[in-house]
Amino acid sequence: MEKRTKLAEMVRNQHDVILKDWVESQLNATTLRRELMKESELREQSREFLSLYTQSVQSGEGIGDAAWKPVKDFLGQITRSRVLLGFTPSETATFIFSLKQPLFDVIRSTLKDPKELVADIWATTTLLDNLGLYVMELHQQNREEVIHRQQEELLELSTPVVQLFENILALPLIGTLDSARTQVVMENLLQRIVETGAMIAIIDITGVPTVDTLVAQHLLKTVAAARLMGADCIISGIRPQIAQTIVHLGVDLSEVTTKATLADAFMIALQRTGASVTKSAVSQPKG
Amino acid sequence: MATLRDEIFPIRSSDDIVKVRQVTREWALMQTFSLVDQTKIVTAASELARNTLEYGRGGEVRIQAVQEGPRRGVRLTFTDQGPGIPDLAKALQDGFTTGSGMGLGLSGSKRLVNDFDIQSEVGKGTTVMIARWK
Amino acid sequence: MERIPILKMGNFLLVTVQVDMHDRLAMTLQDDLTGRIVKDHAHGVLIDISSLEIVDSFIGRMIGNIASMARVLDAETVVVGMRPAVAITLVELGLSLPGVRTALNVDKGVELLKGCIEQRATANGHVAG
Repeated sequence: MEKRTKLAEMVRNQHDVILKDWVESQLNATTLRRELMKESELREQSREFLSLYTQSVQSGEGIGDAAWKPVKDFLGQITRSRVLLGFTPSETATFIFSLKQPLFDVIRSTLKDPKELVADIWATTTLLDNLGLYVMELHQQNREEVIHRQQEELLELSTPVVQLFENILALPLIGTLDSARTQVVMENLLQRIVETGAMIAIIDITGVPTVDTLVAQHLLKTVAAARLMGADCIISGIRPQIAQTIVHLGVDLSEVTTKATLADAFMIALQRTGASVTKSAVSQPKG
Repeated sequence: MATLRDEIFPIRSSDDIVKVRQVTREWALMQTFSLVDQTKIVTAASELARNTLEYGRGGEVRIQAVQEGPRRGVRLTFTDQGPGIPDLAKALQDGFTTGSGMGLGLSGSKRLVNDFDIQSEVGKGTTVMIARWK
Repeated sequence: MERIPILKMGNFLLVTVQVDMHDRLAMTLQDDLTGRIVKDHAHGVLIDISSLEIVDSFIGRMIGNIASMARVLDAETVVVGMRPAVAITLVELGLSLPGVRTALNVDKGVELLKGCIEQRATANGHVAG
């Protein structure tokens, strides 16, 4: 491909005009998010991008070439920051597409030969389109990473293991159990068993809306894993509908201790660990 | 999908099974697997390496560290030139064994990984591919 | 030849597995342990696997075998200290070691063994009386 020295030169000579027009068109665009980004920051980003663009356009290569690496790295930076600020894909891509008009204006006013004019406009529009698509893709990627991270954070938040008494832990499950969440629940519970040396863990499913075969199997696996480590599990909070579902599904819970309420499970756990609860007369405060 | 690292190790003796476990652990750590994910892929590797040695009369394993988008994984391909498996469906059932084991090697390893593929031809040998993703 | 040491603690034998076991070593342990149960008149065996990073079906089977053989030789077996990741993997593999007693650590294992042996003594006494 021939070098685009002339194109680069044009942009360099008219640098200030292009930058002014470009920033203006970005500021006037409906996609501008003034509340998310300061004007000075936008101006600075535009200035830096334009100078990197001028250097890379001189190579005459497509954006897949190494000559465009600085431009792409810079786009990577600003896309990441815009995703974190909450920009939409089109808002981010406007940064690139709004550069078309100012560049075309400069090319049109400088070049008189129609053949040259068309060639340079075509080259510029192709480049900017490709850069725009690249930004869209980056935006998408960044969003996926954010979602992935949030999912992981949510998983960690949603599974507290509490110690009820010496040797007794409880895991109150709330909400729908899917296999990813159950794996985290399982690991958390088993890890806490090791840390506390608890002999009994109560898994309370009062807050679980439905139990299907998969969830029941996950529960059974947790119980089996705890047993391998040397701890017993009690499942409590089984509502009548869930008891019916479990039987209809043909899930065998006969090897597992089950109780209707957390209180019942706690009493059994106390008995097994050799502790007991007694009521004592409460002395009346004297008036 | 990009391959970040790619190596082949022989499986000729019971010491090689230990070696396969160590290498798999190392690579799973490199791919920043959680402890449970590490343990699952290492255990599956141990089962299949033993199969390769016992039923396939030895062979080799190819270990690859792979990446697909944000997902990172470890892939192992066990190859032997042994007698092959006549009935694959049966071999994949829990409790089925022709040897002295418990018959959990194939079916059990399948449950420990995300991707599982087995090719076998009687008289030619067997290839088992497994992958676990972070 | 490499061997896993077996310690005697009163009536019990304690085995601490600290190395990544290759298959031959596991088989040797099985032989050594059954031999020692008879020789030392042991009533209980504690196998501490808290250092083991994986237990595959081969090692799992070896543990199950030791427990069954020990029972025939009138000794109870308790496996102690299995790590959470190992337990999760074993269950997924389909191996839940039925018939093997477990405890979180050696102290709890000793307690469990004492309980078992007492229970058995009273049961035997009951039958005899």
